[in-house]
Amino acid sequence: MSVRAQTLLWVAQRASAAVLALCVMVHLATMIYAIRGGLSAAEILSRTRGSVGWLVFYTVFVIAVTVHAPIGLRSVLLEWGRWRGASRDIFLLGLAMLLAWLGMRAVLGVFL
Amino acid sequence: MRSDSTLRVRVWRGGATGAFQPFEVPRHASQTVLDVVTHIQRALDPTLAYRFACRVGMCGSCAMTVNGVPRWTCRTHVDKVYKDALEIAPLRNLPVIRDLVTDMREFFDKWAKAKGSFEGGRTRRDGFAVVSSENKKRKEVDAAIECIGCAVCYSACDVVAANPDYLGPAALNRAWTLVRDERDVKGLDRLRAIAGDAGCHSCHTHMSCTEHCPKQLSPTAGIAGLKRAVFSSVLRGNL
Repeated sequence: MSVRAQTLLWVAQRASAAVLALCVMVHLATMIYAIRGGLSAAEILSRTRGSVGWLVFYTVFVIAVTVHAPIGLRSVLLEWGRWRGASRDIFLLGLAMLLAWLGMRAVLGVFL
Repeated sequence: MRSDSTLRVRVWRGGATGAFQPFEVPRHASQTVLDVVTHIQRALDPTLAYRFACRVGMCGSCAMTVNGVPRWTCRTHVDKVYKDALEIAPLRNLPVIRDLVTDMREFFDKWAKAKGSFEGGRTRRDGFAVVSSENKKRKEVDAAIECIGCAVCYSACDVVAANPDYLGPAALNRAWTLVRDERDVKGLDRLRAIAGDAGCHSCHTHMSCTEHCPKQLSPTAGIAGLKRAVFSSVLRGNL
């Protein structure tokens, strides 16, 4: 992988971390606010079904996780597992796709 | 008989494998850890291998691990670090040649890999480059330039321990002083050399280098500066 690509991965991880910091705060604050009177699946679905705002918010959240986690794991695998090279990056690409699929499945599950 | 006037010292003997050997050394006022090692070698066991030169904190030869912490031994007073005993070992993250002597080749080879030598664009027929001491870049260079190459930071760095390809704080700090040197003409080549998985982007900002640098430099700040410089070059399409 070129130095330029490695640098862009680093930038993407920092940028996605900034997005995640905001998303996690909004997510936690909303949860704390929403469960004051108890929590039920019906109550959650009544807020999220058909809500384009929450769809966009959690889609951004999933994209940020998809970008952030595999890049971080890339360093962990190198430093703790001495795994480097194309095989590691292909594995992480697969992991990113898995995260995106699982995440968007959950997001669409409460939107549709 | 052991008393307050006697130091209990354990010194690493061997190479990558070995063991600590106990010694008892007379205690003196203003005694440094290097004085202790020298006493052992001259009075107790002449086979002890260690390295030193200037004894005044200029040459960077005498760094060792003292009670688990990398230090320059010539400027480390025993009073400051002695508790129940003094454990003296070679620097971490470098191959041990024998006893307290490490092989520094890898450390200095990484300075070369980081393009740590100045490349000017002027000839002997040009005048002197005038760089004001008030210049912002020059001030950043001044803050980082006093490195003595002792490898204390390299020994303290957990990223070096985890990723042997990592250039390390000293080489990156050196590269930073050249990136900010207005007279240097190899800036882009140097940025290419120090970016990526083996370079500045692997730094986790643990700041062990800054914590332990005997010259109170901050390689962490220089590495952060390199990250900004590389990003800026990528945005401009130069990298």
